[in-house]
Amino acid sequence: MPYNPALVAPMREEMTRMGARELTTVPDVDAALGDQKGTMLVFVNSVCGCAAGNARPALRLALEHGVKPQQVVTVFAGQDLDATARARQYFADYQPSSPSMALIRDGEVVHFVHRHQIEGRSPQVIAADLTSAFDRHFGAAV
Amino acid sequence: MSHVFHPGHEALHGVTVVLDTVSGETYLGRYDSADERGVHLFDVGKHDEGAGGSREEFLRRSARFGIRVEQKHVVLPKASVARITPLGELTL
Repeated sequence: MPYNPALVAPMREEMTRMGARELTTVPDVDAALGDQKGTMLVFVNSVCGCAAGNARPALRLALEHGVKPQQVVTVFAGQDLDATARARQYFADYQPSSPSMALIRDGEVVHFVHRHQIEGRSPQVIAADLTSAFDRHFGAAV
Repeated sequence: MSHVFHPGHEALHGVTVVLDTVSGETYLGRYDSADERGVHLFDVGKHDEGAGGSREEFLRRSARFGIRVEQKHVVLPKASVARITPLGELTL
């Protein structure tokens, strides 16, 4: 059962403040991820305080890097159930976890950050891994 | 740091761990707590030697593609637990 919307509103706002676009319905997801071109990061948001509480600031830090995805979109696991399930179909090779992040280039998942790669790590460390992945997969030379 | 199990230690709550048993089984899941019933893991996958692939391959595949959840909740008696290590701390 989804949490009280008022409880998760700050977690949604934290994402939109950093420029992420929320995908709350299946048509939203299909419009963003179907026939996707360019570079994109999909952030699977979560109410989990210990993991998502570090993942969101980590992404904000990473987005200050010179090389970054052209688009950042987000679905909210446990809240927008259908949209999240649909988004996960676009990275079906990867088992669901939340929070998690998929880096996509021209419709192909080029890097995936699982929950276990977030847990117990500081935002700075997670951001360093992310920016390294941005350089590797989204850099101009790629 | 590798974490060796200590009864009542809850620092691992919410962390994805590798739990090895004294009988040689390996479970992967999200640590919740430990109580008189044992260690509680959620969203659990288990290494199945018979299904092919070594324990290391199971862990490597799970680290890359995520845990294939087979059981929502597993409780393992404390006496059966040999070692608990956060998956994120393993070099695979």
